[in-house]
Amino acid sequence: MTKAIDFQTDPSKYRHWRVEYDGPVANLFMDVDEDGGLFDGYQLKLNSYDLGVDIELSDIVQRMRFEHPEVKVVVMQSGKDRVFCAGANIRMLGGAAHSHKVNFCKFTNETRNTFEAAEADSGQKYIAAVKGACAGGGYELALACNHIMLTDDSSSSVALPEVPLLAVLPGTGGLTRVTDKRRVRRDLADVFCSMEEGVRGKRAQDWRLVDEVIPNSKFDETVARRAREFAAQSPKADVTQGITLGPISRTITDDAITYSLVEVALDRAGRKATITIHGPDEPAPESADALVAQGDQGYMLRLARELDDAILHLRLNEMTLGNWVFRSQGDPEAVLEHEALILDHRDHWLANEIAQYWKRVLKRIDVTSRSLVALVEHGSCFAGMLAEILWAVDRSYMMEDEFEGDNRALAAIHLSDGNFGAYPMGNDLTRLQTRFYGTPEAVGTAKEAIGEAIEAERAEELGLVTYIYDDIDWEDEIRIFLEERASFSPDAMTGMEANLRFAGPETMETRIFGRLTAWQNWIFNRPNAVGPNGALQRYGTGQRGDYDMERV
Amino acid sequence: MLDLINVSYDTQIPNNVGLSSDRKVLKALERWHPGYINWWNDLIPENFQKSDVYLRTAVSVDPKGWAKFDYVKMPEYRWGVLLAPQVEDRTVPCGEHYGQPAWQEVPGEYRNMLKRLIVIQGDTEPGSVEQQRFLGKTAPSLYDLRNLFQVNVEEGRHLWAMVYLLFKYFGRDGREEADDLLRRSSGSEEAPRMLGAFNEETPDWLSFFMFTYFTDRDGKMQLESLAQSGFDPLSRTCRFMLTEEAHHMFVGETGVGRIVERTCQAMKEAGISDPYDIDKIRDLGVIDLPTIQKKLNLHYSLSLDLFGQEVSTNAANAFNAGIKGRYMEQRIDDDHRLTGDTYVVRSVRDGTIVTEDVPALTAINMRLRDDYVRDASGGVGRWNKAIAKAGVDFELKLPHEGFHRQIGVFSSVNVDPEGKILSREEWEAKSKDWLPTKADGDFIQSLMVPCYEPGQFASWIAPPKVGIDNKPGDFEYVKLHMA
Repeated sequence: MTKAIDFQTDPSKYRHWRVEYDGPVANLFMDVDEDGGLFDGYQLKLNSYDLGVDIELSDIVQRMRFEHPEVKVVVMQSGKDRVFCAGANIRMLGGAAHSHKVNFCKFTNETRNTFEAAEADSGQKYIAAVKGACAGGGYELALACNHIMLTDDSSSSVALPEVPLLAVLPGTGGLTRVTDKRRVRRDLADVFCSMEEGVRGKRAQDWRLVDEVIPNSKFDETVARRAREFAAQSPKADVTQGITLGPISRTITDDAITYSLVEVALDRAGRKATITIHGPDEPAPESADALVAQGDQGYMLRLARELDDAILHLRLNEMTLGNWVFRSQGDPEAVLEHEALILDHRDHWLANEIAQYWKRVLKRIDVTSRSLVALVEHGSCFAGMLAEILWAVDRSYMMEDEFEGDNRALAAIHLSDGNFGAYPMGNDLTRLQTRFYGTPEAVGTAKEAIGEAIEAERAEELGLVTYIYDDIDWEDEIRIFLEERASFSPDAMTGMEANLRFAGPETMETRIFGRLTAWQNWIFNRPNAVGPNGALQRYGTGQRGDYDMERV
Repeated sequence: MLDLINVSYDTQIPNNVGLSSDRKVLKALERWHPGYINWWNDLIPENFQKSDVYLRTAVSVDPKGWAKFDYVKMPEYRWGVLLAPQVEDRTVPCGEHYGQPAWQEVPGEYRNMLKRLIVIQGDTEPGSVEQQRFLGKTAPSLYDLRNLFQVNVEEGRHLWAMVYLLFKYFGRDGREEADDLLRRSSGSEEAPRMLGAFNEETPDWLSFFMFTYFTDRDGKMQLESLAQSGFDPLSRTCRFMLTEEAHHMFVGETGVGRIVERTCQAMKEAGISDPYDIDKIRDLGVIDLPTIQKKLNLHYSLSLDLFGQEVSTNAANAFNAGIKGRYMEQRIDDDHRLTGDTYVVRSVRDGTIVTEDVPALTAINMRLRDDYVRDASGGVGRWNKAIAKAGVDFELKLPHEGFHRQIGVFSSVNVDPEGKILSREEWEAKSKDWLPTKADGDFIQSLMVPCYEPGQFASWIAPPKVGIDNKPGDFEYVKLHMA
C-alpha cells in the first residue's frame, strides 16, 4: 500500500455515500461501491468500508456543518437491503500493514468523534436508522450517533463480533461506547461483545444497545417522524445559507507540500517534517457577516483546513518522518484579531463552526504519533489558537534576545481568552490546565498575561515553553535534540509521548484513543490475530485462527 | 381437536427421542405448541382444517412405521420428532475435526454457527406452507389437494424437527429462535422470512409444482449437506427428513410431467404440431410448453439464488468446522479437509464469464450448487421424453446458471438463458420471452378453478399413473368439509 492517500474529496467524487437534503433533515445513505476500494485485493461487500469510504464520510460530516448549517438532524441509514453496515472490510485489514491499520483506525475514530460531537458543538444530531445487519464497525458507526433506532423484523441486529470472529477488538470506539456512552451493564456488555450474532429486537433496547426498537412496517415513517421531532426541538438557530468549501490550494512535490498559509518541508534524511504556519495575509473581517462573505477564504478557516490536510497527509503518506517541527511566521496581533472575531461571535453559526473546527484540528495534533516540537522563532506568531500548538507538542524551544543578522520581530508568545477554554483537549481540560496539572495556579498566572507580548525569559518563567536559547546556543541545541530524537525507537517514542500528553482525568475520548487503541494495536501485533495462522489472516478461508493459548 | 391442556407428549407426538422423560424439551414444547397450532389454524382455510385428508404420518423411523396412511384432520396431524437411527461410532466426516467422534452435544465453539444453520433451515419450512396457503381453493383434483396438504404437514413436521433441536441443545437462545420462527412470515412487511425465495408468492399450481421440483430440491441439497454434520443429532434429524423430502420432489416432478403430458395430448387431439402456436393451444384449456419453460426459468433461477455466494466464508467455516458437509461426503475420494485443494467457479470479469480456481473450502456453496444442477436435470430429461413420445418438437431446458440471478457473481450482469451477457436494454427487450409475464400469469390463473370430484381432474393436467398408497383412480383423498 504505497500509493499516496488523498484526504481531499467533494460530493462530485463520492462513490459510497449520498445525501438527500430535506430542509432541517439530511438523509445520509451508506451505499458502498463494492469495486470502489482504495486499494486492490478486496471487494467492499455488504457495505463494509475502508479508508476511502471513511474519507468520504469525514468530508460529508464536515460539509454538513459548513455548507448545510440549516440541517439539524442527520439520519444515517443504509442504501442497501438487509444490511446496515458490516464494518471495516476484513480482507482489507488482513492485507494491510500494521501502520495502515493503526492510521486507518485513528482516522475513523476521529471521524466518529466528529459526528458524535456535532450535536453538542453545532446542534446537528445524528440518528442511526438501523435496518439489516449492523455489525462491528457498522455498529460502531451507529454507536457514535446520538440516537439509535432499530427495526424489529426479527432478523435485524446489532453486533460486535470482532472478538469471536476475528480475534481483534471493536476498536473504533466500540467497547468504550458500549460501557461509557450507552452505559450497558458490564456483564451484559461481556455477553454482547463475545457473541458473533448480536442482539436484536426488544432485548437490544433492554440492554441499552439501542434507544428504540420499532415494528418493521412502521420503521421508515417512525424514523422520519422522529427526525422531524428532533429537528423541531433543536436549539440550533435557523440558518438559511451555508458557505461553500472549495478545493484547497495545495502543491505536492518530492520534498515539500505547499498550501496558501502552510508550508511543509520534508527532510527524509533527517526524518523530519517542518511545518511552517503563516500569519494572516489580510486584516480580520469586521463582522460575522463579513466572515460569511469571506467564506472558505477567511484566514481562520483556510488555515484550519490546510493544517488539517497537512497533518493527515503526513500521518498516512510520510510515516518515516518521525519528527514534526512546527514553526510560524507572521503578525501575532493579526492572528489575535482574527481569533477575537471568532470568539466574540460564538453565537454566530459560522464563527462557532470555525472555533469548533480549530478544536478538532488541535486534537488531531494531540493524538498524532510523531515527536512534536515547536520552535518559537523571531518573527513568529504563536498567538491565541496558534499558541495552543506550543502545548500540544512534546517540547518547545524559544529564541531569546536578538540574533545576529536577524531583524525580525523578537520572538514573543501572545495569550488570548481562547487559551482558557475554547479548545479543550480530549480529556476535557485546556492544554494549559493539562500542562500545569501539578501547579493549577500557573494557569491563573498565565491568564493574567493576556495582552502581553511574552518574550523568552518571561515565557520560561510562566512555564509556557521548554527551553529558551540565545543566538549562541540555539542552532546546536535544536540540531542535537532533533538528531537524538530521530535515533530513538519510534515505538518507544509513540508510547511515551501518548502517555505523557494526556495528564489528568480520563474521558470517553481519551479512553478510546488511549486504552482501547493501545490494546487493539497490541492485538494487531500478536500472532493470534495477524500471524500466518491468525484469525485475521485466516478469515474467509474457512479455517479458524490457530491460537497460542498462553495468557499474557 | 387436540387436547391442548393435557397434551400427552408421548402419544400425540410420535418420537424416538424419549420425549416424555426429557423435562427441558417438554417444558419448552408445551410453551411453544399452542403458538404453533395457532399459526397452523390461521394459515389453512377453515373448511380444509375440518376436512378428512388421507395423509401419511411418520410414527417411527423403521420401514414399517415411517409411512402410516389414514384419514386425519390436519390440525390433529401428529407432528413427530423423529431422528434416523444412530450410526455406531460415527465420526466427523469433514473439516479440521475429520475422523474424531461425532459430537452428541453441541461443541461450544460452534454453537452460534450451528444455531444459525438450524434457524435458516427451520425458517424455510413454515415459509413454504405460508406461500402455498391459498392453493387449496383451486386444486385441480382431490389427489393434488391431498398431495399439497401432505407437503404442508411435512413442512410443518420439519419445522418441529428444527424446533426440537433448538429446544434440546440451545437453551434460552434456542427457545427465542423457535418463537421467532413463528413470528416471521412469508412476504410479511413486518418480519419476512429470511431467504428471498420464501417471500415470493406461489400463485398457481404450476408454480407449486415448479417450487416443489426446484426449490424443495435446494432444500434437499441443504438437508443432504446437514445430514453430513459432525453434530450427530442434526445429521440424524436431516437424514430422516430426507425420506419425506423425496415425496415433495415426486409431487413436483410428476405434477409438471402431468401438465406437460396433458398439453401434448391436447395438442395432438386438436392436430396442432407447432408448440409455439400459443393462442390456439391455450384455447384448448391447457398450458403451452413455452410458458412452462418460462415458469421453469423463473423457479430454477430463484432456487439457484438459495445457494448463496459462490465463494463464501460462512460455507467455508461450516465445512471446516465439520458441521456441514458436501453432498455425499462419504463417497467423495479426497482428504475431506480441503485445505490445499481448489475448485473451479464461474465468475464475471470485465464483462465476460470466466472460470477460475479458488480454494476449495471457500467454494463449498458452488460445489453443492453444481451437484444440484446435475440432480435437477434428471426430471427435465424425463419431461422431454414424454414430449418426444407425444411427437411434439420441443425441449425443456435448464437455463444458464447466470440467467436472472439476484445473488452471487451473476447478479451484476444480465445473462440470457444460453449464457450470453446482454446489455441492460437487450435484457429489458427480451426478458418477456424468458420469464412469465403478467399476461402469462393471468392466463394460468384463468385455468385455476377447483375440481373437487373424486377421480376428476382439471382440463390442464393429466391424472397420475398410480394413486397414493396404491389407491384406485376415483379414491376420495380428501373428504371435504363443506360447511
